[in-house]
Parts: sequence; C-alpha cells; structure tokens
Amino acid sequence: MSQEILDGLAVIVNEVAGVPVEDVQSDKSFVDDLDIDSLSMVEVVMAAEDKWGVKIPDSEVKNLKTVGDAVAYIAANQ
Amino acid sequence: MTREVVVTGLGMTTPVGGDVESSWQALLAGNSGIRLIDAPWVADQPAKIAGIMAVDPAEVLDRVEARRLDRGQQAALVAAREAWAQAGSPQVDPERLGAVISTGMGGLVSLMDAYDTLLDRGPSRISPHMVTQIMPNGPAAIVGLEVGARAGVHGQVSACASGAEAVSYAARMIQTGRADVVICGGTEAVIHPITMAGFAAMRALSTRNDDPTSASRPYDLGRDGFVMGEGSGVLVLEAAEFAAARGATVLAVYGGAGLTSDGHHIAQPDPEGLGAARAMRFAIDDAGLSIDDIVHINAHATSTPQGDIAESVAIRAALGSHTDDVIVTGTKSMTGHLLGGAGAIESVFTILALRDRLVPPTANLVDQDPEITLDVAAGSPRELPSGDIAALNNSFGFGGHDVALVFRSA
Repeated sequence: MSQEILDGLAVIVNEVAGVPVEDVQSDKSFVDDLDIDSLSMVEVVMAAEDKWGVKIPDSEVKNLKTVGDAVAYIAANQ
Repeated sequence: MTREVVVTGLGMTTPVGGDVESSWQALLAGNSGIRLIDAPWVADQPAKIAGIMAVDPAEVLDRVEARRLDRGQQAALVAAREAWAQAGSPQVDPERLGAVISTGMGGLVSLMDAYDTLLDRGPSRISPHMVTQIMPNGPAAIVGLEVGARAGVHGQVSACASGAEAVSYAARMIQTGRADVVICGGTEAVIHPITMAGFAAMRALSTRNDDPTSASRPYDLGRDGFVMGEGSGVLVLEAAEFAAARGATVLAVYGGAGLTSDGHHIAQPDPEGLGAARAMRFAIDDAGLSIDDIVHINAHATSTPQGDIAESVAIRAALGSHTDDVIVTGTKSMTGHLLGGAGAIESVFTILALRDRLVPPTANLVDQDPEITLDVAAGSPRELPSGDIAALNNSFGFGGHDVALVFRSA
C-alpha cells in the first residue's frame, strides 16, 4: 500500500518539478533534497488529493517535510 | 551626447519559423504562415484562421519549465535564449543588465483556461502558477530571471505598439546610463475563441477562411482585415562602447525612436495619420539622420482597409517626396499580426533587411490599392543600396499609440 503511494507520489513530483522518479524516496525532504518550492508543493498536494481522494489542509502540508511524511499521511487518511 | 546603442543579438519564434534564420528565409521566399485553426471552437467563429507558431515553444523548452509558463512567456523565453546566445551571452554586471519584454494582452489564454477550471472544479484547483502566467509583466520577468537582470525589468503596454515601445525603452535605459546591456522585445500568444470573437466583433479580422495563406494582404484592394498571429521577437541591445570592449559582433545600430499618440479614437486610425507621421519624424530626428537617409520601411501594414491607407498617408506626410525612394514592405502578410509581439519581430526583420540589403516581398499584393501611394515590395525580394543606410519600423496600437523606430546598417 505505502509502496503504491510512494510510486504514485514519485510520478507526481516528477510531473510537477522534473525530479527523477528514482530520486523520490521516503527519506527525502521535499525542500532540502528535491528542491520543491512552495508553489510546486501546492501542485503536488493538489495532484495527490485528486489521485487518492484525500484532503490535505494547508495546516498539514507544513508538517509533510519528507516524502515519507506525505505517504504516511495519505495512507492514514485515504 | 547620448550613448550609442547597438544590436548584438536577435531571436524569434514566429508562424513562419522557430528561429530567426528560418523565419527570415520564409519571408524572403514569400511563404505565409497563416493556417486554418485546427480546433472545434472555430466552427461558429467568423474568422477561422491564424498564424500559429511554426514550432511549438512548449516542445522546445524543458517540460517542467514549459508547464509553469503561459504560451506567450514560453515564446519569449525561446526567442530570448536565441538572442542571448547570438550576442555571445554577454558577461555583464547584473546591476547593469535590464530586460524589457512587452505583451499587448498578457496571459489571456492562461486566464481563460483557469476560469474554465474554476467553473468545472472550483477554486481549490486553480494552479499556483496562474497569477504569474497572466500578469502582463510576466514575460519580462521570466526573461529577466533567465539572464539575471537586476538593472530593471519592465513591460511597456501599448497594444500592437508594445513590442516596439519595449525596444525604445530598452535603448533609453542604455542611453541614460541605467544599463549597459538590455534584452528586449515583445511576445503574444492569445489565439483563443474569446479574442477571435472580440476582434471579429470589431470587424477587424479577415474572414477569408477558404484561402488562409492569401488572407493577410496589406495594400491589396482585396484586403478585408488582419489575421491574428502569435510568437515573439527579442533583441539584445548594448552600449556601443561596451560591445566594442568585449569584441561583440554588431548586427545593426539602434538609431532612435519616435513615440506619439493620435488623440483621435480608441481603435480607429487617424485618417490623416498625423500622430504616425510625427512619430516617424521624431524617430529620424532622434537618430540624428535626415529623411533622405531612410531607404526602407517595415510598415505596420496590418491589412485592414482603413489602417493601411492611414499609414500610407502618414508616411508621405513624414517623408514628403522622398517617399518615392523608400521600399516599403508589410511582413504581416506572412506572419499575421502578432499584436504585442509585432513591433519586436518586425524590428528583427528590419535589421535583417539592413544586414542582407534585401527587403522581403509583401505577400498577396496582387492589385495595389490606388490610395496606397507607396513603392511596396511585392513578388520577390528587393535590393537595398550599399553604403550606410537606415530603415524605419512602424508600429501602431489600439488606443492611438504610434511608435516608429530607426535602425542603421552596421
């Protein structure tokens, strides 16, 4: 389940920001490792909400530091 | 004594080519870039034709880069990279480097697309890039970021004169000492049902839908309006002493600009062409030249019944009997009308005409309107004289904006 979300998120991050799919790993920080700026993060969240039917409020987004944080949040709230 | 300004780089993407040389060769060959618009929405539009960019800028740019930009911004970035590369990517203090890129209508298609999204899927699905895609200073900002300009980033807005006004403002930045190098020009990509309907409502567009390549026909008796085009033209201007110090190749000398306003009507040209005539004379004065130095005019010549005559009247008012010794061309006959990009691509074409001593023909000029008392290049390219020569580029915009630029041979 988590692997599926991770794979799907990697595709989204690649689409939005051009980061190679294989670089999108659970331990990577969106900002520090993947160079995702705040506008691109909005796009990632939007696409994730659409794909998994979750709602990720802005108040949660700031807690999603790593890819793994996002995967866990999506898995728990799907 | 103002600082002399020279042109060291040119770039463009147009309906007739994805870069400067392919666009220029298409013009010399008389090839039109006007096509039937391939979209379902044209079915109930009065005008179904346009000059669509020959090379999709989104295919030229990196995929991620392209998706964050409006199509007009994409075109500007493609043209800017070509111009900057030709100039040799000048090593210049960023605080002495400016960017002036204009658009007549901004990111209107991105705005309309976002509005569709708003209606279909609600406010939460609006792209975070929408605002920077639609703002009229967006193309200037994108190009400014590309080259790292910190002397100032500006976007002049004067409808179809915007691109020419941008070039004049860029030159002024150098002349007045604010910058040593300025990348400048114009861009437009607003082929969309809303703009096509709007211009059609003004009865401004050609409806020669059954023969797209012959629809834009400046000065011809059969002309029935302009054809919308899209694309971008960019020039690198720099202080002559700066270019000389770094050993740059000078393509042309920027002469001067004349900017006036008609004070006549929001959309119709002054039939006496007084504002346009003053702009041309001011530009020649600003260049320190006399009327006799002008050998060529890349005219605004949009192919509207009224506008082409008004410009002819204005040229004769400005140049008097010397008008008969000037070879005029209307390149919109092949590119269509790029609105805010027009003055920029036509500045590039004017410079290329001076470089190659060749004036591209005005396509589709079969039966010249007797009210057009100009020597118009038609059929095949016309040669320009050797020696030091100068040319005018005219651009006029809805709102009554008149901008004339003068360039001199290198």
